[in-house]
Amino acid sequence: MQSFDYIAPKSADEVVALLATKNGDARLLCGGTDLLVQLREGRRKAGLVIDVKHIPELTQVTFYPENKVRIGAAASCHQICNDPNVRKYFPGLVDAISLVGGVQIQNRASVGGNLCNASPAADSIPVLIVYEAMCNILGPNGSRFLPVENLCIAPGKNALQAGEFLTSIDVPAWPEGFGASYLRFIPRNEMDIAVVGAGASVFLGDEGKRFGFAKVALGAVAPTPLFVSEVGDFLAEKAVTRENIKEAARIAQSMAKPITDLRGTAEHRKHLVSVLVERTLEKAIERAGSHYA
Amino acid sequence: MPNKTHITNTINGEEVQFLCEPHQSLLEVLRETLGLMGTKEGCNNGNCGACNVVLDGALVNSCLVLAVEIQGCSVTTIEGIATPDGLHPLQQKFIEHAALQCGFCTPGFIVASKALLDQNPDPSEHQVREWLAGNLCRCTGYDRIVRAVLDAADS
Repeated sequence: MQSFDYIAPKSADEVVALLATKNGDARLLCGGTDLLVQLREGRRKAGLVIDVKHIPELTQVTFYPENKVRIGAAASCHQICNDPNVRKYFPGLVDAISLVGGVQIQNRASVGGNLCNASPAADSIPVLIVYEAMCNILGPNGSRFLPVENLCIAPGKNALQAGEFLTSIDVPAWPEGFGASYLRFIPRNEMDIAVVGAGASVFLGDEGKRFGFAKVALGAVAPTPLFVSEVGDFLAEKAVTRENIKEAARIAQSMAKPITDLRGTAEHRKHLVSVLVERTLEKAIERAGSHYA
Repeated sequence: MPNKTHITNTINGEEVQFLCEPHQSLLEVLRETLGLMGTKEGCNNGNCGACNVVLDGALVNSCLVLAVEIQGCSVTTIEGIATPDGLHPLQQKFIEHAALQCGFCTPGFIVASKALLDQNPDPSEHQVREWLAGNLCRCTGYDRIVRAVLDAADS
């Protein structure tokens, strides 16, 4: 592996100072499941690796019963998926995060890393988009917020500016009537990268009979995770019927712009979008509707 | 050239000290600095599980951990699985079921399986298969490995 320096600061402010002096030459290390592979293969370069796993605000998962869960950018998938509040109140999030890699990867990999790595096929991103999750970003000019939807700008590229880094992700705790879900297609059940991933959230009114809103976001069908706002535009205020769900899936399919690569053909991916969106919407509706059952 | 870092930690129950450079993986240090050759390098990118160790109670790929990250941590490698009294039941059952051919993946499978049984002493076949998804074996077709783990759990 290429040679680099290593430092493990204890506070986020130290990271800001380090990035200010080493800008462009420093990389943040969370679980290392992407970064170390990329450094080893020469796909990314670093003169300094900043291990952020010793900074409490980056490693904690904190539930605020009134409005959200705050996920530290370096918290592991295992830690997040085993948090009792996340399990109870954010099942759609668990759908996606529990699918990242196998046990060994779950124990190290972070959602913050999954976001910043900006893979078009990242499992956590579509579902964070449909939850309307927000990135907490710290940098030389202080802190700012950015919707997860706007974080990825190209394959492997995120919207962080020079000297900035992701400290945590805020996922809103929606009131009763909300449900979310994530499904993906892969050739085997574990340890693979999405051929297509589909996240959906719904908020139901009229005792579960009408869509208040619906959101769909897709993975691995565009250069970045794709929020399909047209699905929400179509479903808003419509009745919860099979026909409307099928039409929503068709709309999502028409908006997907997949390519053919080693994981699947564009044609197959188009087909999968329609199947997965229908199923993931049904799952989100089931979760939302359980409140009325 | 970055300075070497002095690391003190516990490996297989004993305090160990070593010097490493920041870019060295835990796998590299285990094998090349500490002479613990039981942990294998397969893919070196987190896909195959041949380098599995238990780090502070969590199963990890040692190729994806920097040695400098384990300051003060506790590591169990394949060398720490058997006791002075004999083989661990998992090792015994792998032999009885012929759950290996070339043997290269076996240390990783044993360490991973032990991590499973430590937290779930009575797993279902599905749970065993799911847990071991991060370990690749190109010889056995997995079935004998799964049977060995289930048998070890029973015994």
